[in-house]
Amino acid sequence: MNKELVFINSKSMEKNNSNRVYKIETENLNAWFGTKQALKDINIKIRAKSITAIIGPSGCGKSTFIRCLNRLHELVPNARVSGKVFIDGVDIYSKNVDPVVVRRKVGMVFQKPNPFPTMSIYDNVAAGLKLNGIRDKRKLDEIVRRSLEQAWLWDEVKDDLDKPGASLSGGQQQRLCIARALAVEPEILLLDEPTSALDPIAASKIEKLIVSLKKDYTIVIVTHNMQQAARVSDYTAFLYLGKLIEYDETSKIFSNPKEELTENYIAGRFG
Amino acid sequence: MEKYFVRKLKDKIAYIACLTCVIIAIIPLGSILFEVAKNGLPAINIDFFTKGPGIIGERGGGIANSIQGTLILIGLTSLIGVPIGILSGIYLAEFGDNIFGKIVRLTNNVLAQFPSIVIGIFAYLVVVLAIGSFSPIAGAIALAIIMIPIITRTTEESLKLVPNSMREASMALGIRRWRTTFSIVLVAAKNGVVTGVMLSIARIAGETAPLIMTILGSQWFFSGLTEPMDALTLRIWRLSLLPYEHAHEIGWGAALVLVTLVLSLNIIARLLTWSKYRM
Repeated sequence: MNKELVFINSKSMEKNNSNRVYKIETENLNAWFGTKQALKDINIKIRAKSITAIIGPSGCGKSTFIRCLNRLHELVPNARVSGKVFIDGVDIYSKNVDPVVVRRKVGMVFQKPNPFPTMSIYDNVAAGLKLNGIRDKRKLDEIVRRSLEQAWLWDEVKDDLDKPGASLSGGQQQRLCIARALAVEPEILLLDEPTSALDPIAASKIEKLIVSLKKDYTIVIVTHNMQQAARVSDYTAFLYLGKLIEYDETSKIFSNPKEELTENYIAGRFG
Repeated sequence: MEKYFVRKLKDKIAYIACLTCVIIAIIPLGSILFEVAKNGLPAINIDFFTKGPGIIGERGGGIANSIQGTLILIGLTSLIGVPIGILSGIYLAEFGDNIFGKIVRLTNNVLAQFPSIVIGIFAYLVVVLAIGSFSPIAGAIALAIIMIPIITRTTEESLKLVPNSMREASMALGIRRWRTTFSIVLVAAKNGVVTGVMLSIARIAGETAPLIMTILGSQWFFSGLTEPMDALTLRIWRLSLLPYEHAHEIGWGAALVLVTLVLSLNIIARLLTWSKYRM
């Protein structure tokens, strides 16, 4: 309880200062898998209520980077993190912050749609609330409906809420996962290649959905699809071999990159 | 490149080889069930299910006290063995990636192979002599020692089959680790865990040797947790030693009851844990 208070207090402090430009800031962020270093001194400031795309070739540390933003990286055996990640000005790696509280504030959607196979559509969306002890049926109904509407899934599933989540199509499952993440009312949404396992039509629907969520959430999306980064994001960061090579407005990165490495990658000369 | 028909023939041969082996494997099983049913059915009547054993050497009497004893043993053993087995399995699967986990896993596998009569002697020394009497408690402890490694191993293996993406999805929602383990991972692995529990119950319900040294056997119905008690396997064993035809008949009947009991527990457990939301 004490640990949670620290984070919640600093959050309420932040409310007075709601014109904060940067939601997430990292300071010399390093990450390891055992002895292999996956991220090297990442310093980045991510703007609130905008979409930031993380691009780069496979194995460059894109996924590791966003998994450091909700303290999921440390769950991998032998994984380690050093440096600081500030969310609303609070270092989420400081000793008195509870990672579970961080994860409630920072939602995540994974590459492969992963609804809970043993739960209905309704319970999938309500899982984050129910398993944290919220029992009020009316409140749950309301949040499930709102989350499914936000994820553009309500009209497709409103009559089948008790069907298994795994019975939906791939694109619907991914929107279900977005609804599940939104239900716990996060402020930040991390998306780890959310459309790479989907067909183009389902993918384009998710892209449009992501853009529509920008007004309420700070979104960080990892993608290996450069067209996607260009279409949806406001800012783009290019990672290569664990280093942040370039970070700027998306239009500048794609039209006029400063680094040769970025230019080569965007032109498709490697990666 | 081989000729088309040669490859097709090899495919056929592989299939037929598998099928033959399956048939060979089920012949003993089928003939045991057939023998038990054929010899056991004539023994079945109302007395058989309502009365204890009659006077030795005379017709009549039943196995009601043995059925009661076996049910009590299954209940008591499960009370001890199921929680310990499942929780140990959870530990090994979710937190056992270390030296201690390795030692526990090895010990557990050794324990699973232990001759049950040795476990019976152990329970005799540790429980029967301490209490000063043969008792269901001693029997349940001996059987729990047999049950725990089976459940631990099947639970661990079932939990490991749950993809890591489930755990991460749950943790990323800000759900605590223990909640993730019990409400997401264990629920997803439920079928495997239940199978393990049922296997272990079938195994302990069929044990005889450890019971000789722990519950002893009795002519009477259950009369207290520290008094000797009967069980179906003990009854079958004692009846088979008697030189009377009708005793053997009751023994077959008892065997039929034991098989049916284990089978019906299995079916009930499946029905109780059935869900339309599955992996």
